[in-house]
Amino acid sequence: MSISVQTQFTGATSLKVTPFHERTSVLNQSQEWRRWSGYLSATAYDLTHDIEYYSIRTKAALLDITPLHKYIIEGPDAEHFLDRLVTRNIRLCKVHQVMYTPWCDEDGKQIDDGTIQRLEENRFRLTSAEPNMEWLTQNSAGLEVDIFEDSTATASLALQGPNSRAILNSVADENIDSLKFFWLTDLRIGDIPVVISRTGYTGDLGYELWTSQDNALPLWDRLTEAGAQFGITHTGLHALDMARIEAALILLDVDYISAQHAAIDLRKSSPYELGLGWTVKLNKNNFIGKKALEEEHRNGPEWQLKGIEIEWEPLETLYRKVDLPPQLPGMAWRTSTPLYSGNEQAGYATSGCWSPILKKYIALAHLKTKYAREGTPVQFEVKVEHFRKTTPARVVKTPFYNPERKRSCP
Amino acid sequence: MSMNRKYDAIVIGGGHNGLTAAAYLARGGKKVLVLERRHVLGGAAVTEEIFPGFKFTVCSYVVSLLKPNIIRDLQLPRFGLELIPLESTFTPLEGDYLIRWADHDLTRRELYRHSPRDAEAYDRFGKTMSQIGMAVRPILNTIAPDPTKLGLSGTRSLMQLGRHFRSIGSDKFEQLTKLMTMSSADFLDEWFEFEPLKATMSASGIIGTFMGPRSPGSAYVMLHHYMGNIDGVFRAWGFQRGGTGAVSMAIARSAEHFGAEIMTEADVRKIIVGNGRATGVALENGDEFQADVVVSGLDPKRTFLNLVDASDLPDDFVQSVKNFRIRGSSGKVNLALDGLPDFTSLPGDGPHLGGAISISPDYDYIERAYDDAKHGSFSKRPYIDIVIPSVLDPDMAPPGKHVMSCFVQYAPYSITGGWDDGKREAFGDAVVNVLAQFAPNMKDIILHRQVLTPWDIEKKFGLTEGNIFHGELSLQQLFFLRPVVKWADYRTPVRKLYQCGSGTHPGGGITGAPGEMAAKKILKEWR
Repeated sequence: MSISVQTQFTGATSLKVTPFHERTSVLNQSQEWRRWSGYLSATAYDLTHDIEYYSIRTKAALLDITPLHKYIIEGPDAEHFLDRLVTRNIRLCKVHQVMYTPWCDEDGKQIDDGTIQRLEENRFRLTSAEPNMEWLTQNSAGLEVDIFEDSTATASLALQGPNSRAILNSVADENIDSLKFFWLTDLRIGDIPVVISRTGYTGDLGYELWTSQDNALPLWDRLTEAGAQFGITHTGLHALDMARIEAALILLDVDYISAQHAAIDLRKSSPYELGLGWTVKLNKNNFIGKKALEEEHRNGPEWQLKGIEIEWEPLETLYRKVDLPPQLPGMAWRTSTPLYSGNEQAGYATSGCWSPILKKYIALAHLKTKYAREGTPVQFEVKVEHFRKTTPARVVKTPFYNPERKRSCP
Repeated sequence: MSMNRKYDAIVIGGGHNGLTAAAYLARGGKKVLVLERRHVLGGAAVTEEIFPGFKFTVCSYVVSLLKPNIIRDLQLPRFGLELIPLESTFTPLEGDYLIRWADHDLTRRELYRHSPRDAEAYDRFGKTMSQIGMAVRPILNTIAPDPTKLGLSGTRSLMQLGRHFRSIGSDKFEQLTKLMTMSSADFLDEWFEFEPLKATMSASGIIGTFMGPRSPGSAYVMLHHYMGNIDGVFRAWGFQRGGTGAVSMAIARSAEHFGAEIMTEADVRKIIVGNGRATGVALENGDEFQADVVVSGLDPKRTFLNLVDASDLPDDFVQSVKNFRIRGSSGKVNLALDGLPDFTSLPGDGPHLGGAISISPDYDYIERAYDDAKHGSFSKRPYIDIVIPSVLDPDMAPPGKHVMSCFVQYAPYSITGGWDDGKREAFGDAVVNVLAQFAPNMKDIILHRQVLTPWDIEKKFGLTEGNIFHGELSLQQLFFLRPVVKWADYRTPVRKLYQCGSGTHPGGGITGAPGEMAAKKILKEWR
């Protein structure tokens, strides 16, 4: 913002800062940060986050995603190790391909989820929401594999939105038009070697950039400068949270709890219960949790994570009774919200938002399997002027928002 | 083609209201044909690449009033509706500026700089206007009850209305009465003291209207513009990605999805009437199409004075249509730019360029602009409402370049001696000169200039006198009086001929409301 900016702000923090902090700390107008894996992470750079949200959907958004946990896994047994660790079939992952996958404990309950990039035949990068070093090390015993913490060494940015490809093409030494969804490439932006993967957490056309932390600032500056004419917008976590709900991408500690941290068994979820059944490859070699998952597959999961849409007219009617227009959540919420069917609790929603692009009120919800079929009506709990009410919602297909450009190549 | 010439309904005009009516009719199971004279759809909600690589929102340029239920019913997001909010309203002044942001604290601080009193009144004003908006909106969403003809349904809706008004309380009712009758200047004087703030707010009371901010009745037009709502936020204005033409295209795709046929370059010459009943239309090229129902999205004058034979209409009706006030008052200047304007009072690039920019320094400035028009000339120093769409949507112009949309008032249709090329260019120059006074680099960055006078707007887009609202939003032609008393329910004296354009209740702007309500009336009456 160019209007009467005060530049005297200095701050001290015991939290970690990313290699982009020199830029992000100056850009963050409200100086509001969220903690992300022990890092300071901007919630929004502008005073209102909606411009940033729209940049994801209509222009291009640049996000600092360095706080993601990253591990480099290499050695002759790297493929074997990862294939045993996760539910997807890593033997099918070609060099430069990326796979999204969860991983589970022996009971088939999900520990974490992330992406696996096959950088070389015997070299992979794994990303995760939480630290996994202990779990990785423990499960690599006896294998010829080296695991390195890569979280600080590699700085990462997400460039998401319909103009992201044009921006990268304008700065990279290679055209990325043919880079397919969930593949990666090595190239240079100016002098900077960068790995670009066509991945992201927005469900839109988008890329993630991985480079050595020494190159962080020049890369940020180059993208910011070249991206200006394509509407590049520095974007924080508030906008990202809305986009990821529209894309129905789950978030650990919000939509589910890691099996390793759950205080009680009831809090644990399996991939089947989290809508990730498609990632569980039961016909591949043995992997952690396979037995339990086979059984769950036979019997069917007890719970399912689904999208729900809260119907507009009844909500409007509820609010009209108190002479108000519907009070829409301006940001994504993360409060567990009960869902009913008759007198029974059918489940609970874990995160939701008003989707400005879809003009719909949407949420991600855990539903007992008998209520999880598409089209099933449920009652969503809503507080209207401090009083609890319920309002109709129904189970809908996800992703809520799924533009063709996410996967297509020009 | 001759096989398909019989339709349930034909909609004349592929503007946003005609398309909305067509979509609702098709959604209601009717076989619908839309006939559009031009090669592009959208009417005045159109995006055209006038200069290579530069997409102009040729006429209308922002969206706020599009009804949320239409967005839902017609599934417009699925068909391409993408509204990006404007960031601010910027009023450049000599040596200073006024800017209102999306952020509440910033706006209050900025207003406080000019007037501590206004800074506080601003919140109360916003609250009052949203409450009145809430109160008035149901009226705009129903066919206006006509107190002069108290049939059963009329009485019922009048009673509903009465109950409704009782619920809004006497203080709101007082404000509403003032809004219905006062000038925007008088109304705003009761609230605020800082002239640039009042002038900028009053400007929404003159848009599309041959009135000045001090003309009684202009406060209502301001309210009309306040009725906007994006995602539950009143008075929120947005820019459609791809320009307002993309709104029309989203509605058109929805209409097609529901089964409507759309034909462009189909210029309707005449509505065929037999025994007092519309039976079809004839095109300029001689083609004829039959239909059970004909719906006109054109303005009332064009519909009844051009397309229907006078002998098929009652004399008093024709006279009322002739009396319908539809004076063109505005022009449009669209610019292709090599870079961004650099405002003296707020230099450089910045978020102030991502919103509305209003040339409205004080009441006198706008009132003088009106004086020029009253006396048969375009404003030498006009009121200008500017947006730079390419800042919000870079795809509107080549990388690094920009498009600028300038809505300009006043440009009277009835200019002394008539409009000609010389006057058009002089009008364009007047606009650029005013812009250059506030942003001196303007003249150096213009790559191409499109100037539309009311005559051009009439000729190109078929809006009588170039009036953007298909008739002024003045009290004597609103609600049950729009466009003609006794015919405010979308029906016309010709059986099976209906109207669905902005000339009907609740009036102009990209609302879709006339199209929706006309279609619902038609479906209800279908036999």
